[in-house]
Amino acid sequence: MLRTWKAPLLAILGLILLLLAPIGQGNYIIYTLCSWMVFSIAAMGLNLTLGYAGQISLAQAAFMAIGAYTVAIMTLAGWHWVVAAPIGVFFCFVIGLALGFPALRVKGHFLAFITLAFNTLVFLVARNEDWLTGGALGKVGMPRPSFFGFGTGQQISFYYFTLVIFVIAALLMYGIVRSPWGRAFKALRENPVRAESLGLDTRMITLLAFAIGSAYGGLAGALISPLVQFIEPGSFAVHHSLRILLMVVVGGSGFFYGPMLGAAVVILMPEVLRFTEGYYLIIYAVMVIVLMVFCPSGLIGVYGKLRDRFFPKVVVRADMQQGAQL
Amino acid sequence: MSQFFQVMLSGLSTGSIYALAAIGFTLVWQAAQTVNFAQGEFVMLPAFFVLIGIHALGLPLWLALIFGLIVAVIVLGVLFKQVIVQPMLPDGGLPLIIATMALGILLKESVKEFYGAEAQPYPQLFPLDAITIGGAVISVQDVMNLVVAVVVVIGLTMFLNRTRTGRCMQATAQNPGVAEILGVNIRRMVLYTFLINAGLAALASFLISPIYLAKFSNGESIGMIAFIAAIVGGFNQIRGAIAGGLLIGVVDNITATYITAEYRAAVPLLLLIGIILLKPEGLLGTKEGRAV
Amino acid sequence: MNRRTILSLAASSLMLASTLTPAWAQDTVKLPCVCELSGAGAAAGTNYRDGAKLAVEEINATGGILGKQIEMTDYDTATDPQTSRALVQKAIDDGAYVIIGTVYSGSTIVNMLVAQQAGIPQFTGAEAPNITQGGNPFIFRTAYGAQKGVPALTGYFKDTLKVTKIGVAWVNNDFGKGGRDVFVTEMAAAGIEIVADVPSEQGQADFAADVSKLKESGAEAVFVYLNEEESARILAEAKKQGLTAPMVGEVTLTGQKVIDLAGEAAEGAIAHVGLTSKAPVPAIQEFAAKFNTAYGRETDHNGIKGYTAVYATKYVTEMVGSFDGQAFADKMHGITLKAAEYPGMLLDTSWDDTGELSRESFMIKVEGGQQVVVGTIPAN
Repeated sequence: MLRTWKAPLLAILGLILLLLAPIGQGNYIIYTLCSWMVFSIAAMGLNLTLGYAGQISLAQAAFMAIGAYTVAIMTLAGWHWVVAAPIGVFFCFVIGLALGFPALRVKGHFLAFITLAFNTLVFLVARNEDWLTGGALGKVGMPRPSFFGFGTGQQISFYYFTLVIFVIAALLMYGIVRSPWGRAFKALRENPVRAESLGLDTRMITLLAFAIGSAYGGLAGALISPLVQFIEPGSFAVHHSLRILLMVVVGGSGFFYGPMLGAAVVILMPEVLRFTEGYYLIIYAVMVIVLMVFCPSGLIGVYGKLRDRFFPKVVVRADMQQGAQL
Repeated sequence: MSQFFQVMLSGLSTGSIYALAAIGFTLVWQAAQTVNFAQGEFVMLPAFFVLIGIHALGLPLWLALIFGLIVAVIVLGVLFKQVIVQPMLPDGGLPLIIATMALGILLKESVKEFYGAEAQPYPQLFPLDAITIGGAVISVQDVMNLVVAVVVVIGLTMFLNRTRTGRCMQATAQNPGVAEILGVNIRRMVLYTFLINAGLAALASFLISPIYLAKFSNGESIGMIAFIAAIVGGFNQIRGAIAGGLLIGVVDNITATYITAEYRAAVPLLLLIGIILLKPEGLLGTKEGRAV
Repeated sequence: MNRRTILSLAASSLMLASTLTPAWAQDTVKLPCVCELSGAGAAAGTNYRDGAKLAVEEINATGGILGKQIEMTDYDTATDPQTSRALVQKAIDDGAYVIIGTVYSGSTIVNMLVAQQAGIPQFTGAEAPNITQGGNPFIFRTAYGAQKGVPALTGYFKDTLKVTKIGVAWVNNDFGKGGRDVFVTEMAAAGIEIVADVPSEQGQADFAADVSKLKESGAEAVFVYLNEEESARILAEAKKQGLTAPMVGEVTLTGQKVIDLAGEAAEGAIAHVGLTSKAPVPAIQEFAAKFNTAYGRETDHNGIKGYTAVYATKYVTEMVGSFDGQAFADKMHGITLKAAEYPGMLLDTSWDDTGELSRESFMIKVEGGQQVVVGTIPAN
């Protein structure tokens, strides 16, 4: 009962915070917030593939590359972002669908390696096909879109543009995981055999999980292009996929807010730990290991654990947990 | 023709390095069902223990090598198993993968911060003399790497098949439950596997650092190639690692020489995807053992 | 187009207004160091930073710039272009007067747009040709770009070595690609045929195929455009396979690091070097000694780049007489700082209208494990 009003209230509170966040801030903070939202979108997509459907994918950066390059090439050729972005997202959807096929055959680590290999192949194409992608030198100077005469060249207006896309993406994702599809994804993760026996088309569901997750990667890429106004193959190398994976797992995979929390931690951590100079990556790595050892369900899981410890009297716990994951 | 022979031979010697890195990887996979994403860093690190032995402790090379081996076995074997893998085995899967990724970052960054960001020269273990065979040149070092890789595989296979401890380890890898009922101390067997992995990683490190030069970021490329070699060769067979390693080494060189240098890195990946989809047990792997 | 210009003008004047006021109010002037302190570029970035720090300490000890002490904060880009863009933005938000860094071309090409929008001058250590070709009035090099360095070698290939066929080995990233493209154009102009064009991966360990191709191609000389470790590996492999053609490089090939790593195999390698701590110039040797005392290690050319960047900031600011980014940038264009008058520059240095730099450079040969200067090429 409690959560029927609590969840939307929290979401609205969060939205208000996001609306107010950039006011009076320096460009750097605004830029970092934009970058957080973009990576949240990418991580949300991976969370659908990994957290809800249980299919491991280490190619999210490759889909960001596909989205980013599509938008870069088209906007530099004079097309508007509104035209270019959906095309980039569509490419990712189709390629994600194709990449989903191996997932029908192999599971777990093997799938991880196939997607990892795919990521590197995309990197190589981006670097070697100079005529299309600009090769190792990348693409530079993508225009920022303007809407009805309002430009997004200013950092703050670009922030609100990103926020709109972010909110739409989050609402869509919420719709997906609440829909019968979303439940089917979870069934697939928990027990694929049982899911199939209940009449779910697991092939279809697996492929869709990949395709939608990849499309989110593409959307994030479509935002990176005008945000950074420079893309090069190195920004989409394998270790960026690992970074996005870290965001999902550190935040809490399978939780709706997990990827956003995880992206915030990964993006903001260097800021918070800047005083440690060169040691922040070491500290960060240790923290991730400790988190994984003591609470594999991520930071959101830590909250759950603490709550259970200090307020064990909450009897509807099982339901609550179910709710939080939806 | 002599060019072909040259790149073949060079590919074999590089491949033997990949094989050494891949063997330990298959061992850990068998014992703990874990993909160790820090395996590349495991191969990068021991060389620095040796450098510390030489420069900070003033040890002669042979003593520094022993020192490096012991420290590596303690840190990468005992500590890795007890502190990270053991507590996480019940959860297994993804969290453990993430933890090994973080461990990789930790090792890499620690070396960079505490030892240095630049590549370090590393003492040669074997003479650099070149041998000319049919117009192709190969160094003593290359031959020795290949010999060591083959000897390790044979020795390890014999250990696993002929000794009681080895067979207990195999039993543990194949079916921990039954092994435990039969009185095998499975915790100890798993620990042995990690010790052997650490020892092999150290050996690989000592052999490749004269060529790769000791650098904090070495693990990135070695780790990836080790995965590919292990999967292509066959995950559940130690001899698969050597076949996979040599194959990747040769294919890489032949591609770069005759087909395309820009896409040379793509060929092992395509090989990997093909193998996983068509013959997931690997070239030399057997279907028995663990289901994947 | 028009609207964008107005917008950026408005933005930059706003930024100027907001950054200049506090700069006047404080006793310190901020020269943030945005550098590659971790990741692939850590070695280069750290030397650049430490060179700059050395200059800051010297200047602060002798009264600072226009009486203000320099405050230098580190911003670690982790060799990631996106991060570097964010950090340049942050440095500007924090009140930067001039930005010192970044060293990698891939980072500089993106973060210099931010500094340009804000009207903040920036000293980059990068050498890719396209940095000064985009008409950015706020970017200044600390070492000349590949499009100046590589042509200096043309004469050497054509007149000294008298080759007609040449091979090129390059690393397939933004650094290598930039140099390789300039080289190919130069050779075509000089009438030298390129018989082997061999790209390699960053961090590649096995150069057997590369060397074998160069050997088979019949190249009479090989131009090597690789990073330090890869240079060492290709030299070792070339020695092993008995490649006899002379190996000639730009900047990196004869670096101290390469000599340490490659040992005997580096013997005979030749490179054109803009800055080297081994240059037969007393000021540079004095600097190298100071660096060694301060940090307990040798520096490469990046240390000199960082050092001279800070000194150039001091000298030019004092000519302008105030902390004004626009005036500073205007003054920098077409300036020549003579080492005799401005000792911190170490060598006579000039900047042209694009921020491109010119100074004396050297031909270095490795002999007996030492860098030996075999020729000096005047500034152009």
